[in-house]
Amino acid sequence: MSKSPKNISIASHQDNELSTVQKLGLTLGFIGLFIMILALFNVNFPNKTIWFTVSISSILIGIIIYARSSYLHKPEGINNNGIFHKSLTNRGIFAYMLGILLTSFYVVLYWYPSYLGLGEDGVANSGIVGFFDPFSYFLNGHAASQWFVYGTFYTLAILGLGYKFILKYRNNKYQLVRTISVMFFQLGFAFLIPEILSKLNPDLPYFAKDLKNMWPLNYYFFEDWHLTNMVQGGNLGMFMLIFGVAMIFIISPILTYFYGKRWYCSWVCGCGGLAETAGDPFRHLSNSTETVWKVERWMIHSVLVFSFVTTIAVIFTFLSNNPELSFITRNQFIYGIVGFLVVFTGALFYFKRSDLDADAKYTMLSLVAIIIISIAINFFSGNQNILFIDSYALRKWYGFAIGAAFSGVIGVGFYPLLGNRVWCRFGCPMAAILGLQQRLFSKFRITTNGGQCISCGNCTTHCEMGIDVRSYAQKGENIVRSSCVGCGICAAVCPRGVLKLENGSEEGRINSNEILLGNDVNLMDLLNNK
Amino acid sequence: MPFSMEHIVIIGNGISGVTLARHIRKQSDSKITIISSETEFFFSRTALMYVFMGHMKFEHMQPYENDFWKKNSINLVHKRVTEVLPKEKSLVLEDNSKISFDKLVIATGSIPNKFGWPGQDLNGVTGLYDKQDLEALEKWAPTTKRAVIVGGGLIGIELAEMLRSRNIPVTFLVREKSFWSGVLPLGESQMINRHILEHHIDLRLGTNLVEILSDKNGHARAVVTDKGETIDCEIVGLTAGVSPNVAFLKDSGIDLGRGVKVNRFLETNIKDIFAIGDCAEQHEGIDLRRPIEAVWYTGRMMGEALAQTLTGNPTQYKPGHWFNSAKFLDIEYQTYGWVFAKPMEHEEQFYWEHKDGKKAIRISFDKESRTFLGINTFGIRLRHEFFDKVLTDEKTVDYVMHHLAEANFDPEFFTNYNKEIQQQFTTEFIGLKTE
Repeated sequence: MSKSPKNISIASHQDNELSTVQKLGLTLGFIGLFIMILALFNVNFPNKTIWFTVSISSILIGIIIYARSSYLHKPEGINNNGIFHKSLTNRGIFAYMLGILLTSFYVVLYWYPSYLGLGEDGVANSGIVGFFDPFSYFLNGHAASQWFVYGTFYTLAILGLGYKFILKYRNNKYQLVRTISVMFFQLGFAFLIPEILSKLNPDLPYFAKDLKNMWPLNYYFFEDWHLTNMVQGGNLGMFMLIFGVAMIFIISPILTYFYGKRWYCSWVCGCGGLAETAGDPFRHLSNSTETVWKVERWMIHSVLVFSFVTTIAVIFTFLSNNPELSFITRNQFIYGIVGFLVVFTGALFYFKRSDLDADAKYTMLSLVAIIIISIAINFFSGNQNILFIDSYALRKWYGFAIGAAFSGVIGVGFYPLLGNRVWCRFGCPMAAILGLQQRLFSKFRITTNGGQCISCGNCTTHCEMGIDVRSYAQKGENIVRSSCVGCGICAAVCPRGVLKLENGSEEGRINSNEILLGNDVNLMDLLNNK
Repeated sequence: MPFSMEHIVIIGNGISGVTLARHIRKQSDSKITIISSETEFFFSRTALMYVFMGHMKFEHMQPYENDFWKKNSINLVHKRVTEVLPKEKSLVLEDNSKISFDKLVIATGSIPNKFGWPGQDLNGVTGLYDKQDLEALEKWAPTTKRAVIVGGGLIGIELAEMLRSRNIPVTFLVREKSFWSGVLPLGESQMINRHILEHHIDLRLGTNLVEILSDKNGHARAVVTDKGETIDCEIVGLTAGVSPNVAFLKDSGIDLGRGVKVNRFLETNIKDIFAIGDCAEQHEGIDLRRPIEAVWYTGRMMGEALAQTLTGNPTQYKPGHWFNSAKFLDIEYQTYGWVFAKPMEHEEQFYWEHKDGKKAIRISFDKESRTFLGINTFGIRLRHEFFDKVLTDEKTVDYVMHHLAEANFDPEFFTNYNKEIQQQFTTEFIGLKTE
């Protein structure tokens, strides 16, 4: 009569049993990965193209098989059973091993690419970079670089693990649409289109061709060599320059106004794309204490100031050295920036001061710091030396510390230890800017459903940005936080249907009423008047 | 500390007691002490299941960080109260120390019901209510080959989900002919029956527990049902409702019924002693509510109301429109207003169920006036604010049908079934009246 599965073991019941199909998926995937490792150790495969195809396909198919057998036999719903019991997802031994491996990979990738087989000074590629040569020639007409290898893996991770994510949350259409979006932007805009554009325009100097990778996330956009290459890059280069500037000043503010910063951070951005797919199993590791929130505020705004100042300094030097190449002088440039920021910050303060929370105040102070530093630059700098520091040294340090060490090594390498949004939360200057817009100029908010919150804490636990969502929900407040990337997982895991991501009227968006529906109306009024 | 400073002592650090303490602190500098034998710090017992299932860790259940209490100068005492001495205005703790109070609030919550079943106190037998229950389940789970759960309500199905998350086979004994049928009308109740089976839970409807058998070490080894069947098991979950946790007040002189008797100001028969939350019993139920409401939200609201009274602004406990929610495995449930399992005389009900059998709504309205009375919703999220206003303004069912889109609270891109629902309603109830 019993419909339950029989269980005859004496002490099993920990949920780490793998099904046969899951084992098959793992086997296939790791064989694919093993072929890559063999390539890394310079095993000379007779027919690279075939072995490469076998390797990539078995990784992808392995992930697909594993994901299907993990989720499809269960009814649609939330699949977080055991994440705090498993070594890999609860900072156990597997998590450390993975963290160390990823971190080492990034160190080698950024600073020792020759270990991966990158041929320098005209030497042909070997190792894993050489293994990717046929694929690279096929796509862009050049030999592979370490960045091509990395880009392929990155795209593979977003596609494969994005598929897994879709199955995991297949009861939730918001997650479906959003994940298809990040997969599309990664595969098309970040990977295929730039490679194909290079192939079609073999003679152009290098400039970034990923339309969605905007400044300040793409920190070298305004660097002299990059500006020069774009200007000399024909129609395509000019288009990239104009579109890049339009992204920053027109497209991004408009989209952020209507949809919140999620349009970028969890729908389009590559960093966000990896975090949401490959990083999803680690989202609950993001710390949500107030102390860490303070650290976050300091770090992200320090990076913000650093990135602005570096960019301003580099452009300043460029203008100083090449007055004939541009249509404005360095004075005009600095005072233009200062004027823009003064008007922007002043208007913000004047019109929105009642909506400023601690995060927004820090962002405003960062902007003021940038204004002061910019003026100081103009007074105390020669052509090359910005405030007595070489501007090229400054940008080198930014590239090293932020562009490589923070966003790559720590940002991804530490997924299994600190959660999947370390970079986005503590370091991304773009997230800080969009966050200020989201807090002050946006229709986006997470609405709390009246008085239905039971303070269970699923939302806070699973928030990848470490926002204490519950602290708002249990008071009946909307959540309007600078850092929210709008992934929608809080709303998905809420067992009582309390949270909803919405774009609505700006009136009453930021509410601090501590009173929840369901109570006596007079008492509500009374408490609200306090 | 100034002499005049009043000492408010709260027994119980659940949602009622903690809400009360927070709201008093917002408006007064009174000395506040919260006493709990369960844990040092407040946690949301609604999340116990998620800790067992590995979705969360214990600390994630705590809505306030540990230093919150000190920052807000709320004293915490982690001890059991054994006796209340109203005349002396003091309490006796388990170590025989005493705490005196100026005002006392009893917020001791509930204990799981046990109906005198033989073997109900064996090892391996537990409710799902407090931290100790969670610890017991953690201890027994690894060696459990089957669990039997007794009682077909909200906690029973949560416990079943928990145990299934660790691949422990579960037999679920439900006294009624269908799951939670005292509250849910047949359609919804049967939908949940099917969903329980889909999760490989061995559901036994119309089946009662007779006896729990012991092994030689005093641990449960099997249960006997009224169908004469003996089911081997190592865990027995007793989830047949809860009762107020008031036994320690027996000799205190505080007026007790099943719970602590209180008036609308949440005052007991003794001056300066109050009761809130699960353990409080109204002399008469408010509106259609029961005298004892063991619900998260009502506990919170009582805390909010009493905080006003205790800070010099006497306020009755006047709950607004009824609402509640739950989750049955993967199916979310919300309710606003009143929908009765067996419709009342004046009540008409409209029921729609999606063909996948996992979404449904039932709307109750007045036969004559067509005034909207309440809604049950399954698998579709609805907006509390909308229905609160509809109930206050006494709108008709037709108004609600016209504004289903406005009422929806599902995430973006979710399929909505408004058209389907409206069409069925039109067919069944002779056209939509427009306003």
